[in-house]
Amino acid sequence: MKSLHHNNKRIATLLVAVLLSFALPAMAETPVPAIPKGKGVKCVEPTDVMRKRHFEFILHQRDATMHEGIRTPQHSLAQCLNCHVPKAEAGQERVRYGSDEHFCSACHNYTAVTIDCFECHNDGPTGQPLELTDAEGRPTLLAQPLDLVDEAVRVATREEEQ
Amino acid sequence: MSKDVNATRRKFLGQAAALTGLSVAPGVFLVDLAHGKPADEPVSAKNRWGMLIDTNKCAKDCNACVTACQEENGWGSNEVKSRPDQQAQWIRKVNLKHKATGATYSLPMLCQHCETPPCADVCPTGASFRRADGIVLVDKHICIGCRYCMMACPYKARSFIHEALEDQSVNAPRGKGTVESCTLCVHRVDRDGANATPACAEACNEEGHEAFIFGDLNDPDSRLSQTLKKFGSRQIRADLGLNPGIHYKGI
Amino acid sequence: MNHYDYQEIEGRSGGYWAILLALVGLMAVAGYGWYLMEHEGHWVTGMNNQIVWGTPHVFAIFLIVAASGALNVASIASVFGKYQYKPLARLSGLLAICLLAGGLTVLVLDLGRPDRLVVAMTYYNFKSIFAWNIILYNGFFAIVAVYLWTMMQYSLGKYSKPVGFFAFLWRLILTTGTGSIFGFLVARQGYDAAIMAPLFIAMSFSFGLAIFILLLMGLYNGTRRPLGDLAIRRLKNLLGVFIAGVLYFVLAFHLTNLYATEHHGVEAFILRDGGIYTTLFWWVQIVLGSLVPLALLYHPSWGKNRKLIGLAALLVIIGGLAQVYVIVIGGQAYPLVIFPGYEASSTFTEGVVAPYSPSWPEVMLGLGGVAVALFMVLFAVKVLKFLPISLADNMVDPYHKSGAADTASA
Repeated sequence: MKSLHHNNKRIATLLVAVLLSFALPAMAETPVPAIPKGKGVKCVEPTDVMRKRHFEFILHQRDATMHEGIRTPQHSLAQCLNCHVPKAEAGQERVRYGSDEHFCSACHNYTAVTIDCFECHNDGPTGQPLELTDAEGRPTLLAQPLDLVDEAVRVATREEEQ
Repeated sequence: MSKDVNATRRKFLGQAAALTGLSVAPGVFLVDLAHGKPADEPVSAKNRWGMLIDTNKCAKDCNACVTACQEENGWGSNEVKSRPDQQAQWIRKVNLKHKATGATYSLPMLCQHCETPPCADVCPTGASFRRADGIVLVDKHICIGCRYCMMACPYKARSFIHEALEDQSVNAPRGKGTVESCTLCVHRVDRDGANATPACAEACNEEGHEAFIFGDLNDPDSRLSQTLKKFGSRQIRADLGLNPGIHYKGI
Repeated sequence: MNHYDYQEIEGRSGGYWAILLALVGLMAVAGYGWYLMEHEGHWVTGMNNQIVWGTPHVFAIFLIVAASGALNVASIASVFGKYQYKPLARLSGLLAICLLAGGLTVLVLDLGRPDRLVVAMTYYNFKSIFAWNIILYNGFFAIVAVYLWTMMQYSLGKYSKPVGFFAFLWRLILTTGTGSIFGFLVARQGYDAAIMAPLFIAMSFSFGLAIFILLLMGLYNGTRRPLGDLAIRRLKNLLGVFIAGVLYFVLAFHLTNLYATEHHGVEAFILRDGGIYTTLFWWVQIVLGSLVPLALLYHPSWGKNRKLIGLAALLVIIGGLAQVYVIVIGGQAYPLVIFPGYEASSTFTEGVVAPYSPSWPEVMLGLGGVAVALFMVLFAVKVLKFLPISLADNMVDPYHKSGAADTASA
């Protein structure tokens, strides 16, 4: 009788200890990556869409570019970097992939998801970031979702051919 | 009553026109800039890009095409750990001397962009491939670095990257452990189409030699096709039956 | 048909552990060499843009070719019905798997992007013989595993003949595929030849059997199990036939090339002017690797001496490595003939023999593959019943009528 009560107590203590071990870290500050802000007003896709699906865009675009020569700037990797990685300040090295200050590695270091894009691709800006409006104030591709852009281009091409 | 309907109709038409104009305008803007195909249109077999190189116009000690390719595509100076025989070379000047007659020639040798490329045949993953418009490329996303294509190429056009690189040119992503070769400046071709000039051709023109003619082999009216038809040409190792897109004259 | 008794080796002697330890050490050094190659890039090796396949590929191709040949002994038993080879069949299948594993290890680790192995297994270009080889190699593992299973599980014994036949066909296709990797290269003077495929088949027979003989003698010597002369004699005679077969294909290959003026350049290079390649071809491949072993194996008294038979097998292996070296590296060193009839020069090693010297990471990686294969064999014979307890003459061939047969071990 006494031993049974002791056993139950032991089990209860163990259970509490295990549950606490899960709970305690949650009470502490969960580290989140500090993602540097990109240039411009907004990204080419909504933030939550990008968070969930940026790799889909990248993977799809790379095949479209390589095999079909499609070079729409909307999902071009080089254009991503033009906005999201700042140019080097005068006299300083610009931020490189691998450091926590680089836009891509800020998250990828945190999540420990290895990517090999930058084995081949330049990890920094190589041109001007896309603007929302061009010099004459007309909205550029950046201001519109992709499918509208495709439609506009198709319409324009048809008009040109007529 | 009809006046009101007309006014309404006019207003509606005006708004529709404005909306269409607004949505079309960026597209028109885009097409205006690019003389080639629209950015989102896939390439097709209606084009076949090629070049004619006139070796008579090629100066023996001139390396302008090589230097221009290096600057455009970012090779030639950033492989610091590799030995010279390990460093990449997309285009090279070859000096020839005929063994029997002693005649000498100088010509640039680059990827010949064959119609039936042996490099594409042997690639196990399909990373080495020929695009619909005739440009032979390496899809480095799926290249495993086995170098079989380098064994198969009859022109020694391919190079393997022997060390880690950074600060690659935006025109030519390149990295350790993959194979690469001349892309016929595909980034320029996609942007400018028949009006494109690969960097090598552009530099040669700037030097005043004008040995390169780039164009569409499938377009009988292009300057390239007309020149080929009128003056003839030959392909290097034509006996292999690969039908390269790069033709040579004067040898 | 005798029901042989197979048993695991004891594997508790100091010698056994010493060998295992040495192999692990070799694999560790090889691993470091590979790490250097992968992390730094291939600049640390002797390979360059002219010699793109170097020493690791020599070892890998040797091991892969030998792997398919090692299955021969089992095939002779199952497919050709020679019961005297039956007790050796399990070891033969095991050796085939282990040699292939060792060879593929080296091949995969030498890739520029070995992290993309999954890509190689999911993106296929079916026009590439390389892609077919990937399928053939993986299939070989599966088929030989099933083959071993039919041999080792008594109730499945009746399937060992059809499975063995299938395995035999598969390995012929596999080795043809390996030879065709070179045979399909139209641009290279040293390769573009249909005979590369049958040459590789013959090489596989020879190398695989040589390794098998050495391993058999080593294992039975080390475990003090009886190994009769009958088994050895059959194997060594077979090895002699295979060596002669390889010599025939080499002869046919070179004589054909010598006839065609187009190939005189590469023939002069390999046979006369190639420096190290010529030395390796004549002295190591032909003399040491083929003629001396033939003499040793067929001599009336030398052919009965275990030590000399072992030496002959070892020489065949060394000669085989030299042969693969000449084929793989010599074939690349000879310049591409891009402009027939012209002398060419450029900044990209045009028209001249490409220089190559093996670097230590490459050699270690290659030896590491050998170590992987050997380690797997030694481990397997300790945990499963691959080796017959006795290969004495009365066990191997109870119908043999000669009175001279005895059970003396080496």
